Amino acid sequence: MPAHWEHFYHMADIGVRGYGATLTQAFEQVALAMLAVVTELATIEPRERIEIRCRAPDHEILLVDWLNALIYEIATRNMLFSRFDVSMSGQELCGQAWGEALQIDKHHPAVELKGATYTELKVIQLDDGSWLAQCVVDV
Amino acid sequence: MDLQRLTRKEEYVWQIEPHGQMRVPAVLFADESLVRDMDDKVYEQICNVAMLPGIVQAAYAMPDAHWGYGFPIGGVAAFDPEQGGVVSGGGVGFDISCGVRTLLTGLQYPAIEANKTRLADALFHRIPAGLGSTGQIHLNDAGMDAMLIGGADWAVEQGFGWQTDLARIEEQGRMPGADPDKVSAFAKKRQRNEMGTLGSGNHYLEVQRVSHIYHPSAARVFGLREDDVVVSIHCGSRGLGHQIGTEFLREMALGAAGQGISLPDRELACAPINSPTGQDYLGAMRAGINCALANRQIITHLTREVFAEVLPQAELQLLYDVSHNTCKEEHHRVEGKDRRLFVHRKGATRAFGPDHPDLPVELQPVGQPVIIGGSMGTASYILAGTKQSEQRAWSSACHGAGRAMSRHQAKRQWQGRSLVDELAERGILIRSPSMRGVAEEAPGAYKDVSAVVEVADQAGLAYKVARLEPVVCIKG
Repeated sequence: MPAHWEHFYHMADIGVRGYGATLTQAFEQVALAMLAVVTELATIEPRERIEIRCRAPDHEILLVDWLNALIYEIATRNMLFSRFDVSMSGQELCGQAWGEALQIDKHHPAVELKGATYTELKVIQLDDGSWLAQCVVDV
Repeated sequence: MDLQRLTRKEEYVWQIEPHGQMRVPAVLFADESLVRDMDDKVYEQICNVAMLPGIVQAAYAMPDAHWGYGFPIGGVAAFDPEQGGVVSGGGVGFDISCGVRTLLTGLQYPAIEANKTRLADALFHRIPAGLGSTGQIHLNDAGMDAMLIGGADWAVEQGFGWQTDLARIEEQGRMPGADPDKVSAFAKKRQRNEMGTLGSGNHYLEVQRVSHIYHPSAARVFGLREDDVVVSIHCGSRGLGHQIGTEFLREMALGAAGQGISLPDRELACAPINSPTGQDYLGAMRAGINCALANRQIITHLTREVFAEVLPQAELQLLYDVSHNTCKEEHHRVEGKDRRLFVHRKGATRAFGPDHPDLPVELQPVGQPVIIGGSMGTASYILAGTKQSEQRAWSSACHGAGRAMSRHQAKRQWQGRSLVDELAERGILIRSPSMRGVAEEAPGAYKDVSAVVEVADQAGLAYKVARLEPVVCIKG
């Protein structure tokens, strides 16, 4: 299955889901799904790169940490991202994100991300060996 | 929700008997059609809340209850610290002290009709709304800590608003027990440029017209007359609250097992009130409450500046400010005894009844104003707390309509621009930085708030005082 992302139903907010051949790919895809909640990904040019590191006792908490670290960077740098590269070793994640400064006229952001939650949180390996990573984000 | 799983106690009161790990029953306030329409997730979540240590009496769901995080949105639960009671980060939510305040203007609708467009444009220009908008105030470290301790009181000292506003805010505008040292540097950094901003999602500033008075004598005490113009502001503690929620949820979720708490859902992350994590969270969360109170106070000041330019004859007096995502230490009578409890209200409004000592003297004859927000194009309501509300659900009432449709469905069903045009034809002016945001918040994507308010009134949670119709809506 090629790597891809999708949104899933949550009444008050929105679920973000990523699929990938590898765990790290699924994490990259779920980040894309989350940014697509804010705006059309095609409008975000990957001009600048930032780096994120997190550490967590299991894959699920690591997913929430990764998304929350991105939310923090979006809020404090006032940037949006559209390209991600994730690597993992043990309990540690090293992520890179490429994006640009938020421009209201260009990106027309629909919502602000408050936080990634533990609701519907799942990181699982599917029968074909590929990975699925998902959770609900509060907006 | 399947009615077979509930016991109907009264016309508007449904009970889920304790089963499995539940320590107390769960009680839902709703009519038959609202219960039927409630998501099964509400059933699951309210039962989970009833399993938490130290819960007193019952876990309650308000008429607008819907699927939330850990707690249902519209969930109310009180915990006794002396019986191992917990405080739950999930039970407060990410948007700590999100709430609504309503300002009177002293004007009648015909006086603003000719200036509506100018007013809408000026408010939109002046009030920062939406992702990436920044406020005029940039706090240094000392200023940030002073704000987190002082709340709206701090804001008034800084020149934002009037001293007389404070009596009309819960906790007189300053939540005691806030501890800025328990708020991380990350949370403070996230807030640096966000003071005095609305945020996005369902947050708004609305100019509204009083379209109906249900209770003339209470309305008189509140200063509401038919056709009066009022302004309502719905927002919360912005990035600071979100970051506090994020960090403590993680700490509590990972630490629960070590505290001997088995969580039915990780999102219910909690810690004993009498534990270092519990106390740290309370200190940080109360700082978050002050941030929200200061934020709404600053936006109030900006709103007054706009009115002073566009409609100088207006005088914007604060009717009341309520918070609907909180955990507060309160004293309640339980089986004849006074108990000190930590009451969580997640998407629920405090609704103190008449004569409550925390209310300003002039409001004591009628009870606390309870502000129920609608969404663009739909009505909002002002209610008041009842005497029996304390016995119902720790003096709590609903907070809004709740969504009937997900953002995803709403975005597919409506287009922001045509929605704005349709509402304009009905005389409602929408201003927003994002048309997609407008589509996701379409009035049709929300439940009928009138049905929810009717049940709150009939069930004795709060009584109807006035209905407000939107005139101008600034959407984040």
